[in-house]
Amino acid sequence: MARKLLLQHENVPGINTFEVYRKNGGYASVEKALKSMTPDEVMEEVKKSGLRGRGGAGFPAGMKWSFLDRKSEKPRYLVCNADESEPGTFKDRYLMEKIPHLLIEGMITSSYSLGANTSYIYVRGEYMYVIRILEKAIEEAYAAGFLGKNILGTNYSLDLFVQPGAGAYICGEETALLESLEGKRGNPRLKPPFPAIAGLYASPTVVNNVETIAAVVPIVNQGGDEYAKIGIGKSTGTKLISASGHINKPGVYEIELGLPVEEFIYSEEYCGGIWKGRKMKAVVAGGSSVPILPTDLILKTAKGEQRLMTYESLSDGGFVSGTMLGSGGFIVLDETACIVQHLHTFARFYHHESCGQCSPCREGTGWMEKVIHRIEHGHGHQGDIDLLVDVAKKIEGNTICPLGDAAAWPVASAIRHFREEFEYHIKYPEKVKNPKHFELEPFVSEKSLVTA
Amino acid sequence: MAKVTIDGIEIEVPDGTSILNAARMIGGDVVPPAMCYYSSLKETGGKCRVCLVKVTQGSAKDPRPMPKLVASCRTNVMDGMVVQNITSPEVLEARKGVVEFLLINHPLDCPICDQAGECDLQNLAYEHGAAKTRYEEDRRTFEKIDIGDKIKLHMNRCILCYRCTFVADQLTNNRVHGVLNRGDHSEISTYIEKAVDNDFSGNMIDVCPVGALTDKTFRFKQRVWFTNPMDAHRDCPKCSGKVVLWMKGEEVLRVTARKDQYAEVKEFICNECRYDHKDITHWTVEGPRHIDRGSVISQNHYERIDLQKLKKEVERQLEFQKGKPLPEPNSLNA
Repeated sequence: MARKLLLQHENVPGINTFEVYRKNGGYASVEKALKSMTPDEVMEEVKKSGLRGRGGAGFPAGMKWSFLDRKSEKPRYLVCNADESEPGTFKDRYLMEKIPHLLIEGMITSSYSLGANTSYIYVRGEYMYVIRILEKAIEEAYAAGFLGKNILGTNYSLDLFVQPGAGAYICGEETALLESLEGKRGNPRLKPPFPAIAGLYASPTVVNNVETIAAVVPIVNQGGDEYAKIGIGKSTGTKLISASGHINKPGVYEIELGLPVEEFIYSEEYCGGIWKGRKMKAVVAGGSSVPILPTDLILKTAKGEQRLMTYESLSDGGFVSGTMLGSGGFIVLDETACIVQHLHTFARFYHHESCGQCSPCREGTGWMEKVIHRIEHGHGHQGDIDLLVDVAKKIEGNTICPLGDAAAWPVASAIRHFREEFEYHIKYPEKVKNPKHFELEPFVSEKSLVTA
Repeated sequence: MAKVTIDGIEIEVPDGTSILNAARMIGGDVVPPAMCYYSSLKETGGKCRVCLVKVTQGSAKDPRPMPKLVASCRTNVMDGMVVQNITSPEVLEARKGVVEFLLINHPLDCPICDQAGECDLQNLAYEHGAAKTRYEEDRRTFEKIDIGDKIKLHMNRCILCYRCTFVADQLTNNRVHGVLNRGDHSEISTYIEKAVDNDFSGNMIDVCPVGALTDKTFRFKQRVWFTNPMDAHRDCPKCSGKVVLWMKGEEVLRVTARKDQYAEVKEFICNECRYDHKDITHWTVEGPRHIDRGSVISQNHYERIDLQKLKKEVERQLEFQKGKPLPEPNSLNA
């Protein structure tokens, strides 16, 4: 069994209550940090651990903390990004639902390190029942003296609030999240200034993902060096992966970074192989916005090396033959899946969730969705594929926030790796009118037929 | 002071100047177009993405290029920065893309649009757009609505530059309109059919780069290029009273604030001047208005040519052509 740092006690009955969590070693990091460490020492441990942001971009968390403007006289804030909306990602919900106190413990320790006396957990509105769980846990922590004034008799005070969002994907982008938290329309801000200088209420702010903050707990408990021993190279520690799609055992798994992708998909400990004894067609490795990869490229890199579940290995080959670890939303598609149909689902999502602030994303996401819809339903024509590639290229990199890139990458990669399927849809419009077309008659590459 | 090079032309500007404003100080072809930035309104810009430029050298201290194209209206210059605008094929390609995006849901009803002739989108599309559309689907449509008794909102034409919401935020008290919904369904609207009604709300019409907000007292009265713009003023207790009268014969068809060569108003006017004084006797006429912008409205009316000014302009153009490096990209048919 692999080491588990976050989900160690997930199956202990009553772990969502304060007593049980405390009995299982909970809140030790708060005691250790507040009583025996300075805020800077906590940050040093996080830096040493090599912990990288678990929300998707993988930016080193310790470095992000060190950018916080400590000279400013304004109050500092820590905001936890629990607006988990990336299709295929559900790890944060699982963590908050099962072990809410782990997040709260992480928030206290991290806020202490950053010198924040007010912190927020911004949860998406759809997770209303999770908000209730968190609020109950916060109440228990206040009662036990871990929140409020003079925590554990020290002179450090912290107030923690839960703020529900209104259910917009864009509010997972950190500056849009801050706008929404301030009570405004959730439009991303132009950067610079970055939140570390002027974030919430124009004060220095750090925004971190739920899993990142939770990972601070084991880092403080066992020390950054010990944490850094897990994993390979710059990908240290453990990562929660939300596995879904055509696999035998979908769910949230905690893996040690560096696990081979093949093992993750086929071992009984994790996904348990492809369902119904079918073959695998493609994998979206890190949530809907990362490039999709076909079977041969997800198991092995273009150089023929085994692909591992690390930030570096998954992105090996750049966007030509690689992808990204992203938020860890691992979606597996079997041989009966239609890539165009799958892409249409994503394109529809991004069209719906674009905030409409900047023109390439506002107009481009809608355009791409319409063209893909046309192709999927047998109304496409020659030239549509190249049109899609061109539109995606014109959105990518030209927008205010990364949503534009997130909408363009799946389209570009699906066409790059599965162009023949798009051509099939255009060539045989009658066949694809049935939405289950590839289930009835799996797609066979005509190119490979000729060469065989 | 910071030294910045834009398309091979060096200029020294005060610290904190944006790339766009530095380019405007140089003038001429190197000025990036702007659809959402408005110099007299705070925090505008960054949204339309037509002013994207390439920064090939970040600063003298840190010469690394910026990884992406940046919005020149909201990126400040650094000492030693090198910027490419029209000399970068990448920038021109991206700009062409943005123009295409702005046009796919635009109704292109220029023949019956009051803004035609003084429309920023029309000019932008003329310079950077394609002659044919690749968009086959139905365009997004909205109903026309009245926001206030003097302003018509034609949402189909809107490019969501957010300028009018900034006018409401910064010039008037009690903003009652804003952006509803998301993505390509977002629309400018008032909160539950409430009318926009305050002294400076009419400036929304002037800042609108397209024909989305039009003056109901002028709608369908006349094509702008058949009117004569005249500078005029009156003593107004609320505003500067400096306006442009758009006349046909002796009749005042509409009153607007004075726009500069980038179609920006520096001195906003009140609604009383705009709507209630359409009589030539209420005004002191200063003389014909010179329109700097390259637009049809400056083409068709009499105006005394200021030879001194013309000479200066020609000299400036010659100087500019001399300084222009004419690199290979210019020979590309971009």
